[in-house]
Amino acid sequence: MDLKFTDTAKATDEERDAVDALLGAPGTGWEGGTGRSSDELRWARGGAAARERRDLLLPALHAVNDRVGWLSEGALDYICRRLTVPPAEAYGVATFYSMFSVRPRPAKVLHVCTDLACAARGGSLSAADAVGPDVSVQPSPCLGLCERAPAALLVRAGRSPSARGAEGTEGDPARPALDGQGGSGRSPGEGRPAHATAVVAPATPTALVAATTDPERAPAEPSAGAAVPQAGDPALTLLARVGVVDPASLDDYRAHGGYAALRRAFALGPAGVIREVTDAGLLGRGGAAFPTGRKWQATASQADHPHYLVCNADESEPGTFKDRVLMEGDPFALIEAMTIAGYAIGAHQGFLYLRGEYPRALGLLENAIASARARGLLGEDVLGQGYAFDIEIRRGAGAYICGEETAIFNSIEGYRGEPRTKPPFPVEKGLFGKPTAVNNVETLVNVLPILNGRTEETKLFCLSGNVARPGIYELPFGVTLRELIELAGPPDRMRAVLLGGAAGSFVRPDELDIPLTFEGTRAAGTTLGSGVVLVLDDTVELPRVLLRIAEFFRDESCGQCVPCRVGTVRQEEALHRIKDRTGADAAGDIALLREVGAAMRDASICGLGQTAWNAVESAIDRLGAYE
Amino acid sequence: MTAIPLHMPRRLVEFTLDGQEVRVPEGDTILDACRAAGKDIPTLCQGDTLTPKNACRVCVVEVEGARTLAPACSRRAEPGMTVLTDTERARHSRKVVLELLASSTDLSTTPRAAEWIKEYEAKPDRFGPDAARLNEEPKIDNDLYVRDYDKCILCYKCVDACGDQWQNTFAIAVAGRGFDARISTEHDAPLTDSACVYCGNCIEVCPTGALSFKSEFDMRAAGTWDESAQTETTTVCAYCGVGCNLTLHVQENEIVKVTSPHDNPVTHGNLCIKGRFGYQHVQQR
Repeated sequence: MDLKFTDTAKATDEERDAVDALLGAPGTGWEGGTGRSSDELRWARGGAAARERRDLLLPALHAVNDRVGWLSEGALDYICRRLTVPPAEAYGVATFYSMFSVRPRPAKVLHVCTDLACAARGGSLSAADAVGPDVSVQPSPCLGLCERAPAALLVRAGRSPSARGAEGTEGDPARPALDGQGGSGRSPGEGRPAHATAVVAPATPTALVAATTDPERAPAEPSAGAAVPQAGDPALTLLARVGVVDPASLDDYRAHGGYAALRRAFALGPAGVIREVTDAGLLGRGGAAFPTGRKWQATASQADHPHYLVCNADESEPGTFKDRVLMEGDPFALIEAMTIAGYAIGAHQGFLYLRGEYPRALGLLENAIASARARGLLGEDVLGQGYAFDIEIRRGAGAYICGEETAIFNSIEGYRGEPRTKPPFPVEKGLFGKPTAVNNVETLVNVLPILNGRTEETKLFCLSGNVARPGIYELPFGVTLRELIELAGPPDRMRAVLLGGAAGSFVRPDELDIPLTFEGTRAAGTTLGSGVVLVLDDTVELPRVLLRIAEFFRDESCGQCVPCRVGTVRQEEALHRIKDRTGADAAGDIALLREVGAAMRDASICGLGQTAWNAVESAIDRLGAYE
Repeated sequence: MTAIPLHMPRRLVEFTLDGQEVRVPEGDTILDACRAAGKDIPTLCQGDTLTPKNACRVCVVEVEGARTLAPACSRRAEPGMTVLTDTERARHSRKVVLELLASSTDLSTTPRAAEWIKEYEAKPDRFGPDAARLNEEPKIDNDLYVRDYDKCILCYKCVDACGDQWQNTFAIAVAGRGFDARISTEHDAPLTDSACVYCGNCIEVCPTGALSFKSEFDMRAAGTWDESAQTETTTVCAYCGVGCNLTLHVQENEIVKVTSPHDNPVTHGNLCIKGRFGYQHVQQR
């Protein structure tokens, strides 16, 4: 590919170093080395071999962003030379993600959650008023910390501790330094602060100031087990180990029954695993409730190879944090489950696409993968069974849409995270155009109890908002919404419950007898979605909540198709107009909302646009908002 | 005479289109079938020389059994499917999409837009005077073309034509997200600082006039652009031996722009900077 570079800006040494630490030193002048030798002027390097590293674009952008805090023209150009990516396309990718900036900004960026659960608990940007001027404060969609709302995430750019003192070796600056558990006590190297992240929840002004002043010494987060109010209940299946095992220890995981399911899987063979999963009737937990066994069977039976497994850990639905708790509390379970899924569908490579806002999960999962690899539970010969499987983590950079099953492929491949048109479906043409199974974290973790012989299926629910004990609850299918909320401690005067997240719908306090099954919620005209149960009491101003939902969809629309790109804007505008109105004054705009909503639902390319009107519609029809 | 490229024979797919049994070659889209059957489905982002991006969604039709509407331009006909092109639901979506587009962008130079807005009774004004619009000033940074993104519907055709579908120059891409997404060069630089080679193939495929010849832009601004007074003459480019076809658009004995026939089997409407813009010598009198 004959790429043209404008060469108006050069990458700094720091930026080059950050990229080289990820990609290795440039081999030739053709891929960004300094100058071209006389030999190199006599041959050219390019073609498919040079282009096939495009999927490292997102990690390379992270490398520079982690080190410097933003993406300069020089840094982008250098990345493009190294990966043979057209600069205009890399710019398009860099500007797609909200955690990146192509304009200079301070090394410290504070992402303050302004989404539903945090707003219900008083979270707002004004909480960050007290932080210093050296911090860039930006509003963030749901950070997945709803049980400890309000929440904020501080990211400080700098050298990675693993790269410090090991110049030019294998250190990976794309990895954040801290897992939030053992970060304190590290000394920043070479006079520059190390890359650090601090999760602040609850985000009190004092805690924010402390975290922004010295993120490395910010108080450690509570264990993931603290998000499980039912901890210790012997009926727990998926959450049984959360808060019980040491998430950093493979030995502890094995002592608690880990890797029994993988052994069973090898005994059953791939077809046997798929049969067990199909017989168990496992439905996808990402929101769409597609039969997992059928998806695996369809992928496994494709003649085209290689097959890929993608774990969708881009949990960004406002109010959803179950996958984070699973990954932080029981990371090896996900690694084991991915290995089983990969084995079943005939894949040798799995990608774990993790949202960029989960630094602790990232650290723990990296540790889990490295430990599993060191013990032969991942790699060339898993458990000595002659099956090769490995997992690569890909970190998202702030884009809800990347949780859409085809947008995730574009994001991993180094393109803008825009959804693809279906058909063809992922099982036929997915990641890199090859047959791919995409499964959500909770779905995958469900495979372990199935192979271990547990018969009763359970579902995780994310309780947040005005309840006494917010957190993740695990219950068998079929309990009612009322029973679930009773467990979490309902407010005295409940106004409404948002079920299924921003893409879900509201239900009234007198509708709490809905059985929590996929069929039961569908029959009641609502959805389990991602398991969100956001309880709102009567102090909450409903029009404000609806506005926030509309803002969320406008911000997160990728912009590819017209109904969603413009429709979400028109929806927000109409809700703004009627935020203080009722009855006849609002009727015209409500009619407009219905028309735009119907077109978004019918004509959008993907689920984001198709569901962007669900919650608002249910608030109007079921709650009588604006009456 | 236009050469007609012959394809390998294809099997026929039989399906129901608006109650009629139709047969189309395997691989054809619903839109191909509609056109063969003489149905007029509005399309904006569909291009005859490019892979459908199905971004504009004005061509949506109802496929029986599907939860959502399907874009006719990219959904391939499948044996036994039942397609309805003119249902209440499909018409509603087309109407709203036209309203959304016309309320946010300037469709004044989009062929047929006004006609469809009338046909579907779209009322772009009903979103109110404060409805967000692109409101971009035209970008005039060179003597050959103008980028007027106020008219851009983000159909991705120029990006595809500049990228791996035709030109392989990759000077432009979509940057930003959502309503703020725009077609952009790297770092949003002026076109003159970008990788652009001024082939003008992006202008050739632009469906709305967001990309236009500077000559056309200036004449429109001066009020002298008059398509009805123009003649079109297709000839062969004399610059090199490839033999690309040029269509010269002439108004009052001046060449005002140059296009190229899309059905030419060699160039499919693509030209280089010389063929597209190098006509001034003809007018040196």
